[in-house]
Amino acid sequence: MNPSPEIAVPSATPKRNPTIKVIGVGGAGVAAVHLMAQGGLAGVSLAIAHTDARLIGQFPVKDRVLLGAGLTRGLGAGGEPAMGRAAAEAAAGELADLCRETDLVVLVVGLGKGTGSGAAPVVARVAREHGALVLALATLPFEFEGQRRWQQAQVALGHLKRECDAVVCLPNQKLARLMDENTTFEETLRLTNQTLVEGVRGLWRLATRDGLIRADFADLCHVVRGRQAESCFATAEAAGEHRAREVVEQLLASPLLDGGRALAEADAVLVSLAGGTDLKHREIVAVMEQINRAADNAQVIMGACTEPEFAGRLAVTLIAAKRNAPETAAQTDVAAGPVEEPPPACEFPTRRDEEGAERQAGSKPPSRYVSQAEIPPQVREELIQKHEAANRSRRRRGASTQQLLPLEVVPKGRFAKSEPTIHRGEDLDTPTYIRRGIALN
Amino acid sequence: MLNLFRPSPHIIVGLEVGTSKVVAVVGELNAQGALSITGVGQSRSRGVRKGEIVDPTAAAEDIRAAIVAAEKLADAEVRAVYLGVTGSHLRGFNNRGHHPIPSVDREITADDVQDVVNIAKTVNLPAENHVIHVVRQHFIVDGQTGIQNPVGMVGAQLQVDVHITHGVRNRLQNAVRTVRTLQLEVEDIVFNGVASSLAVLETQDKELGTLVIDLGAGTTEYVVYADGIIKHTGVLAVGGDHVTNDLAYGLKVSMSRAEALKVEHGSAVVDPAGRGRMLSLASDRGLPERSVNLEHLHRIMSLRLEEIFEIIAEELAQAGLLDYLRNGVVLCGGGAHIPGIERLAGRVFDLPVSVGRTKAISGLASTLDQPEFATAIGLVKYGSFQAASGRKRAPWFDRVKASLSQILSSLLAF
Repeated sequence: MNPSPEIAVPSATPKRNPTIKVIGVGGAGVAAVHLMAQGGLAGVSLAIAHTDARLIGQFPVKDRVLLGAGLTRGLGAGGEPAMGRAAAEAAAGELADLCRETDLVVLVVGLGKGTGSGAAPVVARVAREHGALVLALATLPFEFEGQRRWQQAQVALGHLKRECDAVVCLPNQKLARLMDENTTFEETLRLTNQTLVEGVRGLWRLATRDGLIRADFADLCHVVRGRQAESCFATAEAAGEHRAREVVEQLLASPLLDGGRALAEADAVLVSLAGGTDLKHREIVAVMEQINRAADNAQVIMGACTEPEFAGRLAVTLIAAKRNAPETAAQTDVAAGPVEEPPPACEFPTRRDEEGAERQAGSKPPSRYVSQAEIPPQVREELIQKHEAANRSRRRRGASTQQLLPLEVVPKGRFAKSEPTIHRGEDLDTPTYIRRGIALN
Repeated sequence: MLNLFRPSPHIIVGLEVGTSKVVAVVGELNAQGALSITGVGQSRSRGVRKGEIVDPTAAAEDIRAAIVAAEKLADAEVRAVYLGVTGSHLRGFNNRGHHPIPSVDREITADDVQDVVNIAKTVNLPAENHVIHVVRQHFIVDGQTGIQNPVGMVGAQLQVDVHITHGVRNRLQNAVRTVRTLQLEVEDIVFNGVASSLAVLETQDKELGTLVIDLGAGTTEYVVYADGIIKHTGVLAVGGDHVTNDLAYGLKVSMSRAEALKVEHGSAVVDPAGRGRMLSLASDRGLPERSVNLEHLHRIMSLRLEEIFEIIAEELAQAGLLDYLRNGVVLCGGGAHIPGIERLAGRVFDLPVSVGRTKAISGLASTLDQPEFATAIGLVKYGSFQAASGRKRAPWFDRVKASLSQILSSLLAF
């Protein structure tokens, strides 16, 4: 999907560590970068870019770019991605300065609002134009933030995928499941940012550290690049005697991996282990065996490195890329849709226009029971148009959230409340004939 | 002396708290050490899902009912039970312990054997886990494998393989506590799969290599015996309840009706003769209400049961055990009653399949020779082994008496 699929590998001398720059774009990105600055990521230079002058002023990061000072007068993009994009385009020169002489640019961005959604793809493009490999860590908004933000985030994700070498998604909604009900909202937000930081730390380790078994940036790109589905990301760390077991348990229980289901569906998995010099062969075997078993359909790429500072601990960074399943094809169309033509300044469905309505109609996942091929495409188009026209007046704003709802109740019957029996990512409580898609008539 | 406190024969009680029923079996160990079953009691189980207690109050009532029934039949009072446990949290794995022989003449003594088994027992398990069984497999002396008893042999390095079954302590405690609320002592907890295999297998089956599958209502347990020892144990939290649930959903009938359909018309294989046949269901007033397709019923059941076997076969293939099963597969548990289940299992495993019979135990043979009683009978058998090995230890009453008379005699000596 990339305009230039082959990565411009920077001609670096073999001994040199790649220079890495982390750029936080938008509110969430800035906060995450600030957290990194506090946590200390040696060897990584940090930068922030935002449309809000007040926010930029608050954070003492060396490289700061105020986007679109002339357009927004430093007052933020007001949740309009178009504004964010325009602001970033206006500041392209400064962004270019930021990305010069850099091998790897990691974009940290929270999608959904104006600056993150609009500016991040521009920053990515500029960075790529200057020869850097670009990788984006993007958070998707919480469900409660509303339908429109979700949609903006999805469209922005599509853009980002096109502009970056690799995009790793962290849906906030899934992260929220890590919290118990007593967690304050502030802690929730801190945790989402913390996860971003851990992600960057994991990537940084991957790219810079010479491992015992190397899994480097090229491997990373191989896993995540050019896949339209979202890549999943999870880290886990454990210490003590049972760390190998605990680390795997943490990973498989992580909501980011859907309780291990993402692994079962993945077709490429990158695993990076980091441990102290006391890292045992047995532990690596134990971890990899479990991961391989959980992801038996996937191509698993592993790397391992030891560092003195990890003494007694074991950290695992895992990135899983889903295969492009036919079910998700329709969904990714939303993201991939605008790829063909150069993106217009305002393609976000701000108004409920004809085009927007069509897009929503086309983005429904295909029914399992009604074959899609039965209706010729033109007839179907007409039907949809007619249907849309009839419904438009009484349709509520958020009607298209339907596409995300499960359309059939999972028939778990008496096991609905008991602990699910998961075997290789399949919920065995669901009748076998339904899981295997065997029709009874 | 008046024989008030000591019940004359030694009774052993096996209690299985299953997902569909609670079974208590009373066994009697006579002076020669032979076991005979004297009582059995069962009750419908309501407080159990997938083999684990979810409603302790209901479960306690059902256990009480089963124990009372068994006590009546056996005319004995139950004080302690061997409790069968299962659940998806149970895991089995093999471990090896190493022990160098320190003595000058390199002769392996009984102490060395004890040491090496203890070493093999110490495994790194999370603190919340509890080891249920440690079963000795084979000894290895200086690389020579397959030794049953190394005492008296000469070697520098003694190793032993053990099979360890463990579970989550709190979840095991749930069952034990429920039984204890009824003022019953739990002598030991036993993995249901191990108990079932004890009931249905004879020594030669274990030597030849047999896979025992206990198709329960909530869980399916499987145990592999080969070369006379336990090679593999496992639990799959899928069972007859799932079959019923599938039918209730697929045929759009209530759970109770689905259960009845399963028992009356169920089949593990799709019978071509049943194609297109419809079963009419009677309403409460006996009038024909609606009808279900027999073929659908069989297909839904067949797919679910086939999947259970496939998952087990896959796991055993991974463990490299399928080639050891020269005696084939033995089925037990309520699921073994399903018509055609042997044919289905034979197709999946490509091995001879039979339904387990509880042999080698005298007593209420005809009532008990049902596959669903295998676990409870196996528990009694397990208890009888424990009693036999602990025979040197007299009952506590005798011990008290002995120590009293000792004190008395020492007093008299003054």
